[in-house]
Amino acid sequence: MSQPERTQSSRSKSERSKSERPLSPHLEIYRFSLTMALSILHRITGVGLYLGTALLAFWLIGAAMGPTQLDLVYLIMGNWFGQLIMLGFTWALFQHMLGGIKHFIWDVGAGLEPDQRKVLSWFTIIGGVILTALTWTFFVWI
Amino acid sequence: MVELKLPTKSRPTEGKTWPKPDGSNIQEYRVYRYNPDENQNPRIDTFYVDVDECGPMVLDGLLWIKNNVDPKLALRRSCREGVCGSCAMNVDGLNTLACTKSADEISGVVKIFPLPHLQVIKDLVPDLDNFFAQHRSIEPWLKTTTPAPGDEWRQSEAARMKLDGLYECILCACCSTSCPSYWWNGDRYLGPAILLQAYRWLIDSRDEATGERLDNLEDPFRLYRCHTIMNCSNTCPKGLNPAKAIVEIKKMMVERRI
Repeated sequence: MSQPERTQSSRSKSERSKSERPLSPHLEIYRFSLTMALSILHRITGVGLYLGTALLAFWLIGAAMGPTQLDLVYLIMGNWFGQLIMLGFTWALFQHMLGGIKHFIWDVGAGLEPDQRKVLSWFTIIGGVILTALTWTFFVWI
Repeated sequence: MVELKLPTKSRPTEGKTWPKPDGSNIQEYRVYRYNPDENQNPRIDTFYVDVDECGPMVLDGLLWIKNNVDPKLALRRSCREGVCGSCAMNVDGLNTLACTKSADEISGVVKIFPLPHLQVIKDLVPDLDNFFAQHRSIEPWLKTTTPAPGDEWRQSEAARMKLDGLYECILCACCSTSCPSYWWNGDRYLGPAILLQAYRWLIDSRDEATGERLDNLEDPFRLYRCHTIMNCSNTCPKGLNPAKAIVEIKKMMVERRI
């Protein structure tokens, strides 16, 4: 008794359906968690800091070129929009720094239990806001 | 590779709304459907489950649908008590076992999808071939060079305790398919479940292939795509901590160089 022969057409049909299998939904259906949100925020602030170094270069170039040019830098960065960018840069710096400390703690094998993960995550969020507020209070507003 | 959006042919469309049973206690289920015999996009069907007529778990709801509404609904299930790992799926936005997830914990509509970012064979049945091939690649068995003892490989109580929190893994793939890194690089990154399994053999006091096992993992993709996003440990239906196991492997990598 031989096995029933599989016809050419049925084989190609099954192979075709395998290659056309849909990909199951992922990012759009997965519920965001705190640690997941902070992970992507760490990347975003990292990119922000990379671009933000241009601000520092802008200031240094202005200072090197002379008082007229430096005044122009202060004019651009001193208005509300420039200040907003500077505030965002400061926050990104602290958020990314605290995120880095969190990753360092995790990398040595500590703080990995469920409650500790939550505490560490909130520590970076609250800490980032507080450090930004303190920096601006003491170095800009006072 | 990072592709945030689904391919056009994979995007679910609005599906059929199945008849509502009589009864005062009805829960709405929205279930991902895909039929390989139809040349159509996946769709999201709406079912109404009579809660008084079925058991408390999400799996009970799905089986109620299969028995009473649409017998064609395809899903894997076996033990119905969280030890086999067959009914792993995305329920209410998180990966879990349908058999241990209580339906009344979910407020509103129960949304059910197959495990994320896998090829779908039918409805809630994804293709896990790659996942199990990756498990095979870490050689999940005891490897020794010394001659086998007459009776058994002995282990102290303390050494045995190091396997707690690891040996309980049932390979349901909830963690791996919750991991964005695994979504984007699942062909090369081993993912949390397989790395937890790898660690289970790395710290087994009886295993004598530790160096070889670490060599096999020393790779930018196989191990180091873990960015401690923590979705794995947040979602594990057995309450295990794959992220911690991965950190421990990374530590072993450093320690063996010192």
